[in-house]
Amino acid sequence: MTNLSDFTPNEMMTIAAARALSNDDVCFVGIGAPSAACNVARLTHAPDITLIYESGTIGTAPNVLPLSIGDGELCETAVTTVSVPEMFRYWLQGGRISIGFLGAAQLDRFGNINTTVIGDYHKPKVRLPGGGGAPEIATSCKEVFITIKQTTRGMVDKIDFYTSFGHGEGGDHRKRLGINTKGPTLLITDLAIWKPDPETKEFTVMSMHQGVTRDRIQETCGWKVRFSDRLEETPPPSELELTTLRELQARTERAHGGKKGS
Amino acid sequence: MAKFQSLKEAVTENLRDGDTVAFEGFTHLIPHAAAHEVIRQGIKDLTLIRMTPDIIYDQLIGMGLVKKVIFSYAGNPGVGLLRRMRDAIENDWPRAIETEEHSHAAMANAYEAGAAGLPCAVFRGYRGAGLKEVNPSIKSITCPFTGEELAAVPAHRPDVAVIHAQKANRRGDVLVEGIIGVQKEAVLASKRSVVTVEEVVEDFDDLHPNLCVLPHWTVTSIAHVPGGAHPSYTHGYYDRDNAAYLEWDQISADRDLFMAWMRENVLEAGPDAFATRVKEL
Repeated sequence: MTNLSDFTPNEMMTIAAARALSNDDVCFVGIGAPSAACNVARLTHAPDITLIYESGTIGTAPNVLPLSIGDGELCETAVTTVSVPEMFRYWLQGGRISIGFLGAAQLDRFGNINTTVIGDYHKPKVRLPGGGGAPEIATSCKEVFITIKQTTRGMVDKIDFYTSFGHGEGGDHRKRLGINTKGPTLLITDLAIWKPDPETKEFTVMSMHQGVTRDRIQETCGWKVRFSDRLEETPPPSELELTTLRELQARTERAHGGKKGS
Repeated sequence: MAKFQSLKEAVTENLRDGDTVAFEGFTHLIPHAAAHEVIRQGIKDLTLIRMTPDIIYDQLIGMGLVKKVIFSYAGNPGVGLLRRMRDAIENDWPRAIETEEHSHAAMANAYEAGAAGLPCAVFRGYRGAGLKEVNPSIKSITCPFTGEELAAVPAHRPDVAVIHAQKANRRGDVLVEGIIGVQKEAVLASKRSVVTVEEVVEDFDDLHPNLCVLPHWTVTSIAHVPGGAHPSYTHGYYDRDNAAYLEWDQISADRDLFMAWMRENVLEAGPDAFATRVKEL
């Protein structure tokens, strides 16, 4: 039985992210938390959403969460599967994608993301996997949603490397670089929902999840947090949302032999 | 004209020390058996191109055969980081390697430009991205018609492309299906190519006319290696061995464990072992 009173912060994050997607969206899905959110949206309020993974699968509807962006089920359930050059040229660069959904290792207050290195690029302390599709997802999709679990290591004052560009130094920085898409318009964490300030583009807390305090948001964030004057509380997961997510994760664990998909 | 050979002969004839080689497969159809043959033959000082260098590049790098890697995402898909590649980058073990890092869009465009016989790829990319500050081969070009500034990267022109595919017919035409990645572009961009296949069939007469087929005169060597993509998968033949990807995280975490695993499973094994490995999948 679903116990509505004890959902986890991670479940709240995934469900809040799922709610932000609509039936008409064409969504480029990053691996990790974004993939779970996109599929919960598809299985609840947005059955006709088009999910695209960078392996070339367009309009996919997996029964379990994929372990990688190229799992066979993505192809088997897709409307069509195209080559990777076609994916990036016609579909992403061609402006067909409404939302790019990204995760991040490091994130700053303007939605700039680092998944490349910790430390100096040429002598890194930690070499992370790198950007993959993200540099162009961040600039070619009409808008970008980001999800990250709040920690002071992840949400930092200054990222070590600009893997993908958000709002740069804020304000009209995107426009000045000739980028005509909106960039990050939504940040969903395990504690809150953030949106960029219309002028400065700095992420501002719009809604705190149930039971979360301002102090907790500040303690787990590496920059001085701004809160909206009209701060709201995120509605807790509905029974349908929570059941859908838990069943999806249980199916995924069974299919991948104990490994949680993403 | 495609030549049917043993995997050993195909690798000996097509790969030389110092070559630039693209082993492609975008999470699907990864040519593991062919990479293992290259390791057994000790072909070295390789420049490796790949969008998503995963376990096979970790293995080639860990065995000290690699001089340089050109890539866009270096991770163990769904698991984490590539520990042998990290050890080479962070600690120069077993040797220092050069890296040239791109985005997926740049790599895909560079293969396509190579296949199209162009010197460079032009695309809308790298805007605001840090890679163009650290990779001198990322440049820009102005559209002569609109004045828009676009990104440019050199075309990929590997000496050899190595891929795994579902089937070849007797003539040597090769069928790739499912997630097709950049394999067609990689083969057409390269001077030579080695293709391992699950199956050799009489003809392709009953296939849909628009399937991804590399005609026999675009392929150099074909080797019949059932299971040759394991632990990656071959759509229509066997599933991805997710447990093996998880195990690799442990094996690759320790230099001695890695060397012992390579000895037992690569140096002292042969291509025939792959058919056994996929039996239960």
